[in-house]
Amino acid sequence: MVYENPDGVKIGLEVHVQLNKLKTKLFCGCSTDYHNDEPNTHVCPVCLGLPGSLPVINEKAVEAAIKIGLALNCSIVEQTQFHRKNYYYPDLPKGFQTTQYDYPIAGNGKVVIEGEDGERTIGITRAHMEEDPGRLQHIGTIERSKGTLINYNRSGMTLIEIVSEPDMRSPKEARRYLDKLRSILDYLDVFDGDLEGAMRVDANVSVFGGQRVEVKNISSFKGAERALLYEIMRQKNHVRRGGEIVMETRHFDEARGVTISMRTKEEEHDYRYFPEPDLVPMRVADRAPEIKKALPELPDAKRERFLEQYEMSGMHARALTTEIKVANFYEEVASQVNPKDASVWVADILKGELNYRDLGIDAFTIEDIVEIIQLVTENKITEQSGVEIIRTILDHGGKPQEIVKEKGLLKVEDDIVAKAVEEAISENPEAVEDYRGGKEKSLNFIVGKVMQKTKGRADAREAREQLIEKIKEQN
Amino acid sequence: MVAWTDITGIRQKIAESSAEEVTASYLEKIDNSCVNGFVTTWDKALETAKAIDSEGQDGPLAGVPIAIKDNISTNGLSTTCSSKILQGYVPPYDAHVIEKLRAAGAVILGKTNMDEFAMGTSTESSYYGATLNPWDTDRVPGGSSGGSAAVVAAGEVPASLGSDTGGSVRCPAAFCGVVGLKPTYGCISRFGLISYANSLEQIGPLATSVADIATLMDVVAGYDQRDSTSINRENNYSDAIKDDVDGLKIGVPEEYFGEGIDEGVEKTVWDAIAKYEDMGASWQKVSMPHTKYALAAYYIIAMSEASSNLARFDGTRYGFRADGDNWHVMASKTRAEGFGDEVKRRILLGTYALSAGYHDKYYLKALKVRTLVKQDFDKALSEVDVLMGPTMPTPAFKIGEKIDDPLSLYLADVNTVPINLAGVPSISVPCGFADKMPVGLQIVGKHFDENTILRAAYSFEQNTDHHTKRPEEVA
Amino acid sequence: MITKEEVEHVGWLARIEIDEKESDEYAEKLNSVLDYFGQLDEVDTEDVPPTYHVMDVVNVFREDEVKESMPQEVVLANTEHKKEGNFKSPKIM
Repeated sequence: MVYENPDGVKIGLEVHVQLNKLKTKLFCGCSTDYHNDEPNTHVCPVCLGLPGSLPVINEKAVEAAIKIGLALNCSIVEQTQFHRKNYYYPDLPKGFQTTQYDYPIAGNGKVVIEGEDGERTIGITRAHMEEDPGRLQHIGTIERSKGTLINYNRSGMTLIEIVSEPDMRSPKEARRYLDKLRSILDYLDVFDGDLEGAMRVDANVSVFGGQRVEVKNISSFKGAERALLYEIMRQKNHVRRGGEIVMETRHFDEARGVTISMRTKEEEHDYRYFPEPDLVPMRVADRAPEIKKALPELPDAKRERFLEQYEMSGMHARALTTEIKVANFYEEVASQVNPKDASVWVADILKGELNYRDLGIDAFTIEDIVEIIQLVTENKITEQSGVEIIRTILDHGGKPQEIVKEKGLLKVEDDIVAKAVEEAISENPEAVEDYRGGKEKSLNFIVGKVMQKTKGRADAREAREQLIEKIKEQN
Repeated sequence: MVAWTDITGIRQKIAESSAEEVTASYLEKIDNSCVNGFVTTWDKALETAKAIDSEGQDGPLAGVPIAIKDNISTNGLSTTCSSKILQGYVPPYDAHVIEKLRAAGAVILGKTNMDEFAMGTSTESSYYGATLNPWDTDRVPGGSSGGSAAVVAAGEVPASLGSDTGGSVRCPAAFCGVVGLKPTYGCISRFGLISYANSLEQIGPLATSVADIATLMDVVAGYDQRDSTSINRENNYSDAIKDDVDGLKIGVPEEYFGEGIDEGVEKTVWDAIAKYEDMGASWQKVSMPHTKYALAAYYIIAMSEASSNLARFDGTRYGFRADGDNWHVMASKTRAEGFGDEVKRRILLGTYALSAGYHDKYYLKALKVRTLVKQDFDKALSEVDVLMGPTMPTPAFKIGEKIDDPLSLYLADVNTVPINLAGVPSISVPCGFADKMPVGLQIVGKHFDENTILRAAYSFEQNTDHHTKRPEEVA
Repeated sequence: MITKEEVEHVGWLARIEIDEKESDEYAEKLNSVLDYFGQLDEVDTEDVPPTYHVMDVVNVFREDEVKESMPQEVVLANTEHKKEGNFKSPKIM
């Protein structure tokens, strides 16, 4: 079924990725791990823009940019150059941002997502390098601000700006694009996505082929979806009432879930781009083949392989390949136990428990999960007990064998179950009659009695089966 | 009392007495100065000289007093660019050249006066008042490194550093009867030089003899990885100090004797060229057809770069700050009050030249004309070894004569700016007098061929006595 | 040639406050210079590439090695407008 896109929605996204895993900033040797430190303690004459300071390009940042471009199927340009983007803002210490303009390092790429009607290709217009400005903090609220505090720790951090074509047709497709992008970047190990400010999104959206509106200040993927939903609705309503959409920049208010016009004088921008005289051009396309060879297996390829190699469901394949750490974890486990069991236990059970507790895959060891799976498949414990062990480890620590012993989780012997079944039947004749008479619920009641007698250690499914058989026999 | 001695002479005097005594006598001279050449004298100068005595420091400039133009960053010592907007600014780092001077044992006496932000040809636009020409205190010393040239000519220091964007070392050298060199672009690190026009400028030494220029170059020139435009090339400048111009081929561009040239200057320069013939060189006419457009191209490029380089001065992090109820108003008032008229005009013109709609007509066009000017030099210097002509079309003019007509001041740079556009090296040596004021001979060389122009300048010096003349007012 | 309105617009782009009576004077002084710049129109620059950098150098990089940053007091030393380690300025708008 083809997605009609009745409102003619066109969404383009600009994503800024902060390369916080590089050791130093883009143009100076200040260290990048400023996130928990005092303000203005990761600053030098260069990133503070002191008069007379000069930038020097971090080679690893350039290589990371090429890596990202190649992973997005871009071509790397023959000669690239930094430009100055001139505007005034207190977080911009030089009064211009050193960025890239008409010769971005990478361009003409694409990313495939699960669209509204199947696979959809989203074009990547360009990916380029630029420096992060500092951070502003308003004293008081933004409406009644008494002043501004400025911290330049972030100034000069490397940003890679990834600009997509306006190929997304709904907030859902936009969300899928962001997830996909995040996943690819995670595989490339170029940034820690959990750190503050690691990934920022600006959206461009239009309806009915009208002017596009830019929405800024989106700080999460969920926020992006909400912002787009609101903005599309706002534009539709505006047009329906006979209004015209003007090209403008709007600010997303996360708390209220609305976009607000920012059409003030500050928005009249003429950036007066010109090539940065303090930096010479870069000719680095010849590094691309080697960097391309060294690219890891990316999410789409890995998912395809998992489907084939491990014969797992599409849902499992997706769940296990979103994050590289999870994928690697899974493959380790799958090399030690049955891959199908592994996929159920890792993708459904373990991930579920981790997500509930807001933990990453780092919180659990391969050793432990393998042991648990083996205990279950060898019929030593029930599946339910396996889940309990996982929860215990996550909440209190410990090792599987210890917990089995402590909680007495070893599966109850068959004859004990058989004895409990017999007892339960003889002690509850009315329930048995009711069940024979067609009341399914009564069986549950008797199963409950069996579980009580075995102190919960019997396998409920097995107990139920045995009961049904025994009751039939006695008939 | 030490006066008008070259570096060798100074080192001798130090050996005979002490660095402390020599520095003290220069400081006393500065105290009694009538040229207003210094913005700041360094209160640690004497201490430094004492330390050199006690540590037995023996670098090539051990104990030698040097003055530094006030747009070069000196750690712990006020650096103002002769502007109100940097009043009180004390850099927390040394420029590369300062590190080199300190390592060689030089004693920095203070920071010299200049046209505000190096924008000028007369040092009249300084916030700290004009500097006077020691030869005639009613006249300008030239600019923008007027202070650096005047203090050398007045015998207040044996040597100084200036900066040359469109003639700012050569012009004051010519007007004050001292030697001044603008090296090849990329020869001396710009790290720590407060930028006016970064694709055009270089730091340059001023002294009373060519040999001293070479000594200073050996100390401060050379590769610096903190300046991405710094060229990695070793050279021994003192090797060039030889009296030998046998077979030297001199090109004389007719365009450098254009209308507006003073008769006295013209005669003096031709006499100098005739002297070269006596010494064994030969000369021929060469053509530099784009010279007349070089001035406009220079100013457009310089102003455009300046409009961006000076954007960081907004009162937020250092320097003068005006009041304003929001940041944009504060910045606008700070810049309106903190910058002088000429600086503001150039920032406005530069902003205009880069702005949407005018970018191609002015900025891009100027860059293309730059290519043509550079080609003129490539062609001319392929036929001859050096070019010669008057550094300035007139001798030093009177204070106040041109300051109200910016364009007339710009036109004085006609012979010096093409050199900056092409990036070639050029030296100005005293070659006589017109109207009792010094006249400078400009000698231009090929890229990185400082040694040929130094040799040519030295030979001239050794065979004439112009450089031995002193201003009468100075003892 | 530059108009009074353009002067005010450029003044805003350059964050230099220019009041009513100043903008006329600026327009006049700037126009005489722009007039002079206009002579570049005479030059034939078709097929002439612009010179952005006068030296033909490419690929100047540095290693991704940490260098010491400035202490906080030094960073803030050149201003009296600071608070709790931050620079302080008036509100944005």
